[in-house]
Amino acid sequence: MKLTGAQIFFESLKAEGVEVIFGLPGGVLLDLYDEMPKHDIRHILVRHEQGAAHMADGYARATGRVGVCLVTSGPGATNTVTGIATAYMDSIPIVVFTGQVPTALIGNDAFQEADIVGITRPCTKHNYLVKDVHDLARIIREAFYLARSGRPGPILVDLPKDVINAKAEYKSPKKIALQGYKPTTEAHMGQIKRAYAAIGKAKKPVIYAGGGVISSNAAKELKQLGESLRCPVTTTLMGLGGFPAPHELWLGMLGMHGTFRANMAMGSTDLLIAIGARFDDRVTGKLDEFAPSAKIIHIDIDPTSISKNVKVDIPIVGDCKDALKKLLQLVKESPIDDLEKVRKPWLDQIQKWKETYPLAYELKVDLSKPQYVVEKLYELSEGKAIIATEVGQNQMWAAQYYHFLEPRTLLTSGGLGTMGYGLPAAIGAQAAFPDRLVIDVAGDGSIQMCIQEMITAVENNLPVKVAILNNQYLGMVRQWQQLFYEKNYCSTCLKIAPDFVKLAEAYGALGLRAHKPDEVEAVIREGFASPKPVIMDFVVNPEECVYPMVPAGAAMTEMLLA
Amino acid sequence: MRHTLGVLVENQPGVLSRVAGLFSGRGFNIESLTVAETLEQGVSHITLVTTGDEMIMEQIVKQLNKLVNVIKVIDFREVRFVDREMALIKVKAEASTRAEALRIVDIFRGKVVDVSQNFFTVEVTGDEGKIQAILDLLSQLGIVEVVRTGKVAIARSRKNSTKR
Ligand SMILES: Cc1ncc(C[n+]2csc(CCOP(=O)(O)OP(=O)(O)O)c2C)c(N)n1
Ligand SMILES: [Mg+2]
Repeated sequence: MKLTGAQIFFESLKAEGVEVIFGLPGGVLLDLYDEMPKHDIRHILVRHEQGAAHMADGYARATGRVGVCLVTSGPGATNTVTGIATAYMDSIPIVVFTGQVPTALIGNDAFQEADIVGITRPCTKHNYLVKDVHDLARIIREAFYLARSGRPGPILVDLPKDVINAKAEYKSPKKIALQGYKPTTEAHMGQIKRAYAAIGKAKKPVIYAGGGVISSNAAKELKQLGESLRCPVTTTLMGLGGFPAPHELWLGMLGMHGTFRANMAMGSTDLLIAIGARFDDRVTGKLDEFAPSAKIIHIDIDPTSISKNVKVDIPIVGDCKDALKKLLQLVKESPIDDLEKVRKPWLDQIQKWKETYPLAYELKVDLSKPQYVVEKLYELSEGKAIIATEVGQNQMWAAQYYHFLEPRTLLTSGGLGTMGYGLPAAIGAQAAFPDRLVIDVAGDGSIQMCIQEMITAVENNLPVKVAILNNQYLGMVRQWQQLFYEKNYCSTCLKIAPDFVKLAEAYGALGLRAHKPDEVEAVIREGFASPKPVIMDFVVNPEECVYPMVPAGAAMTEMLLA
Repeated sequence: MRHTLGVLVENQPGVLSRVAGLFSGRGFNIESLTVAETLEQGVSHITLVTTGDEMIMEQIVKQLNKLVNVIKVIDFREVRFVDREMALIKVKAEASTRAEALRIVDIFRGKVVDVSQNFFTVEVTGDEGKIQAILDLLSQLGIVEVVRTGKVAIARSRKNSTKR
């Protein structure tokens, strides 16, 4: 029997196990939306397509499954670009379906036509324009496979109106035949052995793990490796949750706003074991002085990440989980002699660094501190919440003061640094886990970039909790102006702001505010207890800075500490 | 340093733009690029000349391989190869210089493919050195216009040939 493109679309999505689509219709998608109610797929109607892309992304980060969004041609499609670029930079598997004008009109500057395939070519892992309904099932199959396999990433599929209407026999393709795409997932045993030989000789090893550990579901193996080598572990922002923060071997996050001990350890390590990380400039600081005395082992599924910025001594291409399992096997077969004793001087040194400059802030009675708010969020959620963040200081304080225990509990735009990401990402995660506590740690600036999605949360009973660290500034930019531009606070003041409590109420959500430290706990408790989406407005010290801080272009060990 | 790469690609719409976009987006150079079909249906071959140090070349090769439509990259730094380029050269040919022009073309085993009152159009094929040499000589007579194909290259040994 022949099916329409619209029917094939839904059959294909079902075959991929898709349970929810984040989307917003338009002219060219009318036939697709007409077909939708016949299928058992949840559709969450967004209020801006950027929100749809971030929701799909938040859903994907929280679940490990592919997130899906569906938007119309032209402006609907271009509105997703920020969301696609965000997912691309952080290697998040999403598939974005965009409507397109009929094939006969493509290239004619038709109404609501945009060359979205051209526009997104540099910020997707791959993209497709479907020109023939007979290719539709195959392309959707490939799109999902590409999104989640190898180094994951966003895939865009452009669907012209006539293709959605045309008919074809529906056959779900059995095999995927992509002759140019064969990611190396199995780590080479010879390289693993070389790595383990180097580990055996190291006196001051450090494990530096990134988002790859999360996306390959290798947190368990990472913990085992750290413990069996008694090797301290630091992660990037993207790797948080990949290693339990309360652990004795935990160094904290590294990089521009990393802990003192993590960055000092990087400065003196003699063996850096990089796992699923990509030596981003926010992590390396000045390249010539990055881990100057270290031999470097680098495990990554993407060969282009290896030796891109920093020359690697022992490259291992493969899935992190596979590589770690193989490495653990070697540790089991021939453990390092006298491990406790060998490691003691190094771990003692790290302990000293930890005691010299722990993460700290000063709290006064009359003025709240953002760090205090995040600590309270941690305490009162018992570390079990899924935390989304916006971008800026709020993001860094969330990273520093919420102690992540489990992978997939931090949803944050690391690579692109997209303000406006947090609220929709939280909604996407809440759609996947209706019973979990999902919090967006927000800034008063960022929250206004996708605030319209509050109504999406309300409509769909997705009770996300937004915690605004309200410093009345575009705080992170203000911090740089304070430190490096003589306090010339040009265009960073947000004193003229909406009343976030009233705004919450206008959306039908709950609005709460805490002016002082002693009001913080009560507000959080009330917010958590409410069955509704909540905005908690925490008035905090306007001129608080995030420390430690490595100034741009400085070596990682040259931190400003207060 | 200057290097030549061979890239086998699936002949999909937009593939050339993916390759070119990779170079412009990441700040790599393209000195020349030629593309045409191969014997295999749906597969095209690109010869690409680029510049970069060791680390950049490694990135270029890896990044090309990462493109979903790229089937294979032949790094001619690792393989012995033959390369050729063709140039069409419009050279001044007035009464006094005609004989000289023809002599030069003959030495380089070129062909005159079009003749007009004052110009010859010459076709010449060779490696970079040869093309440069004839251009140098003919420029003394006055070259009006040159159009070059850009380099095409093929591996010498069968094992690493551009066939899969
Ligand atoms: C879309 C976007 N525009 C601009 C920036 C640059 N930027 C980075 S942090 C920041 C300030 C964010 O302010 P706010 O959300 O209040 O967070 P705070 O730093 O005050 O916690 C800005 C403007 C960005 N990251 N993203
Ligand atoms: Mg702010």
